[in-house]
Amino acid sequence: MKNYDLVVVGGGPAGLGAAIKARENGIENILVLERDHELGGILNQCIHNGFGLHVFNEELTGPEYAEIFVEKLRESKIEYRTNTFVLNISNNKVLDIINDETGFEKIEAKAVILAMGCRERSRGALKIPGTRPSGVLTAGTAQRLVNINGYNVGKEIVILGSGDIGLIMARRLTLEGAKVKLVLEIMDKPSGLERNINQCLNDFDIPLRLSHTISDIKGNDRVESVVVAQVDENLNPIKSTEEEIKCDTLILSVGLIPENELSKSAGVLIDSKSNGPIVDENLETNVRGIFACGNVLHVHGLVDNVTKESYIAGEKAADYIKALA
Amino acid sequence: MIIEKTCIVCPIGCHLKIEKKQNSESGYEITGNNCPRGEKYALKEMINPERIVTSTIKIKDLKNLMLPVKTTDGIPKDKVLDFMKEVSNYEAIRPIKRGDIIIENIYGTGVNLVAAKTIN
Amino acid sequence: MFDVIVIGSGIIGSYISRELSRYDLDVLVLEKENDVANGTSKANTALVHAGYDAKPNTNMAKFNVLGNSMFDKVCDELYVPFKRPGSLVLGFNDSDKNTIHDLYEKGIKNGVPGLSILDRKQLLELEPNIGDDVIIALHAATGGIVGPWELAIALMENAMDNGVSLNLNTEVIDIIKQESSFLVKTNQGEFESKILINAAGLFADTINNMVSNEKITINPVAGEYFLLDKTAQNLVSRVVFQCPSETSKGVVVTPTVHGNIVVGPDSIEILEKEDKATHKDRLDFIKNKALKSIKNIPFNENITNFTGLRASSTTGDFIIGEAKDVKGFINVAGIKSPGLSSAPAIGLYVSNLAVNILGDVKENSSFNPRRKKPLVFNDLTDDEKTEIIKKDKKYGNIICRCETVSEGEIVDCIKRNAGATTVDGVKKRVRPGMGRCQGGFCMPRVVEILSRELNIPMEEVMKNSKSSYILTGRTK
Repeated sequence: MKNYDLVVVGGGPAGLGAAIKARENGIENILVLERDHELGGILNQCIHNGFGLHVFNEELTGPEYAEIFVEKLRESKIEYRTNTFVLNISNNKVLDIINDETGFEKIEAKAVILAMGCRERSRGALKIPGTRPSGVLTAGTAQRLVNINGYNVGKEIVILGSGDIGLIMARRLTLEGAKVKLVLEIMDKPSGLERNINQCLNDFDIPLRLSHTISDIKGNDRVESVVVAQVDENLNPIKSTEEEIKCDTLILSVGLIPENELSKSAGVLIDSKSNGPIVDENLETNVRGIFACGNVLHVHGLVDNVTKESYIAGEKAADYIKALA
Repeated sequence: MIIEKTCIVCPIGCHLKIEKKQNSESGYEITGNNCPRGEKYALKEMINPERIVTSTIKIKDLKNLMLPVKTTDGIPKDKVLDFMKEVSNYEAIRPIKRGDIIIENIYGTGVNLVAAKTIN
Repeated sequence: MFDVIVIGSGIIGSYISRELSRYDLDVLVLEKENDVANGTSKANTALVHAGYDAKPNTNMAKFNVLGNSMFDKVCDELYVPFKRPGSLVLGFNDSDKNTIHDLYEKGIKNGVPGLSILDRKQLLELEPNIGDDVIIALHAATGGIVGPWELAIALMENAMDNGVSLNLNTEVIDIIKQESSFLVKTNQGEFESKILINAAGLFADTINNMVSNEKITINPVAGEYFLLDKTAQNLVSRVVFQCPSETSKGVVVTPTVHGNIVVGPDSIEILEKEDKATHKDRLDFIKNKALKSIKNIPFNENITNFTGLRASSTTGDFIIGEAKDVKGFINVAGIKSPGLSSAPAIGLYVSNLAVNILGDVKENSSFNPRRKKPLVFNDLTDDEKTEIIKKDKKYGNIICRCETVSEGEIVDCIKRNAGATTVDGVKKRVRPGMGRCQGGFCMPRVVEILSRELNIPMEEVMKNSKSSYILTGRTK
């Protein structure tokens, strides 16, 4: 069984930052594991700009922000493996991993940093009634298909949720020729940044309806329309305000959930509010030597803040490893 | 008349108030900004609004993988949709380095379209 | 000329076809959808009923009890997930007490083994989360859970391995009864057969009424469901029914063979046979009913909601047999619950019926009751995982994070007989997208794999039905 001082699970901004910082703090034997075919995580599909103002004092796109960290990782000669999936982490920090070239393997670490990020809330979590046609997808899935694979996901689009990804996708889909008919937000104020309301919606005259949600989805094969309704003070749709809007696509941007299935396998306790691990001021979980940072811990608004947090995790994990010696 | 705008320069999103003032140097008085870039943005919005464009282009011989690209600075806002059409005609050839120029001096603005990612 | 044409490839059509493949017969299956098991077989409670519920001496009683006993063998032969956790019918008051005793008596009459009546104390030992108002329960040791579409798919695959042909996307438009054969007209041309079997589910009335003067009517009865995350799996370990009353059949809370929890269904007769919408008021109704059976159901861990349509005939019983006025035309209609539980017995009965009508039929000497064992990566030992990735590196590429499904499994399920052609087809077979993210991460990857393996453009990959396109073209 291979041994590492530090294994970082996830090669997105949190994992990259933590690994680099741990190396700066004297840890030699580090391994970063990434399930996708390249490092960088979800930043690779965030082709818009707005990243890095706090960390680099300049405005970068997601791929650029990621690449700067990947370059640093390579310069620091930190070992990493892509296309590598972690099946399980035990509470004594043995990881079961698989890779299409190297097969199944167990590796042991003195310390582990959890940096798996988050996933999107789906239609099921919202319990939106109606039929189940194609054309209902989350903003991140749409973003991957459009930005990485280069495919359009629809022609007439309604977006539920005014989170930043939803707003960014409203602009992106418009630029790629789709008609974004409407953005809906169930709360009485938008959840994304105001600058995104301005540059993503106002620039293209896309209407935003606050205190509105989707009360029904119609269409047997592909989405044919959605029913939009105002909500009452308990956020339930008001029947008399229902309006049917023809569209072929419904994009959901309704929140992110930290992805902690692996954390649980290691016996890490999860906070029921944030859905992230319970950590102390060193970002260490209840399992000694297992740390967490980035969106796996709680969902961050800005990647710059993920990076700052990852530096703390990297440094504290380094302290922990050095104290063992 | 006071025009209100949310600054798009950074995620803070300052609430800018822009008022026409003949006697000021720029012709406008701008308040609400936290930094000089906000003032610059507000002025541009009044005179010649610009937007940075980020998009993707095809990569030769690669199926299902696009190259992210960006303009190095803002281009005229009213040209953005035309520019998107033009961008779709380009195809990058590997190896591609981040910063490689794809289109030079867009509409004579001095702004370039560059690769936002290295792809070997 | 085919010996037999089977219309419909749900659990019933597939079972009959597989039984027929034991014989030296030319069998063709016509399916209007682009996949097998795309109707009622895809959306139901996935239960194998013990058989105490059906009125004695009905088709339902006869086929259910026998069918139940046949599941172990067929699921073993075809590597289909099946378990017998047992089932409970809960009673909440004195009137329910009587009903439970009646069910017990009916069960004994129907020949159901392993029945017992439990008091609250005994019940709590089995199911600690049982509701506070539950006072009594009927326990049936033979109550089972199965992967219903997995079974139908496996049956059709095995039938095809043994020589049966399947034509997808083929909708029957008309049937002409000829002297000693049937001419079946479809949107894909005409087919002829000596025997015609109607296993068209919700549309069995349409098919019957094309050829028989003894008209039947099938009404769609809709039931809605919650599917909860595997994190909820310790909630119940048995199938938990409620005592049927004058006003309601009650809803079920049950584990699935994959470790999720299903809650539902309600039961509402609807007009439209394609209407699979869910509704907030109906789901709320189910939720409140279910909470009487089981306390603290974590509805916040809901993965998805869906609607299943049952094919309910006006006779109230299964309609199984040769039409009185059309020799060689066999109806298998009105197969609502306990249809899945009865499927093995119905399949055998109808196959025998067809063989008897044809007369002088030889056995298929090369019949193999087993299909090739599908490899479930997640269930392998560490050594087996190492081994299989060495052989085929696609098994080392995990596509679905929530259910840990490898590319190897996805490719395999596309390449088999009766293989997947759509995203939901892959999901039904090997489960990418069944988990908590509902395909958010893996859907684009699955589309890519389908496009590559079927050699079609990405834009032509469908979610489910023929027109359920996912992508609308390239951006550039």
